[in-house]
Amino acid sequence: MTVTAVARDHSALTLTVDATFDAAPARVWLLWADPRQLERWWGPPVYPATFVEHQLVVGGRCTYFMTGPEGDQHHGWWEVESVDPGRSFEVRDGFADGEGNVNPDLPVTRMRVELSDRGDGGTKVRIVSTFATLEQLEQLVAMGMEEGLQVAMGQMDAVLADA
Amino acid sequence: MVVDELSAGDVDRIFHALADATRRDILRQVMITESSVSALARHYPVSLTAVQKHVAVLEEAGLVSKERRGRELRVRAEITAVRRAMQLLEQYEAVWRGRVDRMSAVLDEHEGVPR
Repeated sequence: MTVTAVARDHSALTLTVDATFDAAPARVWLLWADPRQLERWWGPPVYPATFVEHQLVVGGRCTYFMTGPEGDQHHGWWEVESVDPGRSFEVRDGFADGEGNVNPDLPVTRMRVELSDRGDGGTKVRIVSTFATLEQLEQLVAMGMEEGLQVAMGQMDAVLADA
Repeated sequence: MVVDELSAGDVDRIFHALADATRRDILRQVMITESSVSALARHYPVSLTAVQKHVAVLEEAGLVSKERRGRELRVRAEITAVRRAMQLLEQYEAVWRGRVDRMSAVLDEHEGVPR
């Protein structure tokens, strides 16, 4: 697997990530369709995600929380807008409080996922994140930066533990 | 890592400064060549005071610096700071790069491929 391309479009406010996997599309689809697999990669290692609800159907809702190193919980939700099973889906992805109420102060991102056959048994995946406003993108970049740093730190910890 | 040198306050100031189209345009202008505040003001349909305020916000974020030369106040881009802002933007990619790595690990594990 690799990320093959990343495109940031400042006028459309989108981030497009292209990746390729050696596994077949039906298998890769389960990374999203099976909540137990989804929660193993959605959050960074130090903020693992737990999916409480998971209805990957049109109009369905997925809710999750990520648990931080201090036991702190961060709640999020997806609203499923379209699904073509095994091929694509689109959700609105936002934040919530502990009771599952939508947090209107934090950004809502549109996430579209498209799977296609690579032709040799592998799968191409395109993930398009769309931000409503530049301010939301900036807020997410700041939050994402923290997450990115935490990923890096988690990896450093693993290296240190091996040494 | 460069981002380690930025406090949360630094990050907030940079994103606040870049959230405005006029300020982004001012920054683009002075990245090409340094300019006086009054010359900048002629580019925009706003008052000189408004442009001075925009320059002050950019300056607080460390993206530009001002220097008095005679009667003129010259503005120039702090290229290092602009690079840092771009690096911040790239950090958003790190979220998805991390996820893709973990997705790959999940797939490999289910197929019994040792890692």
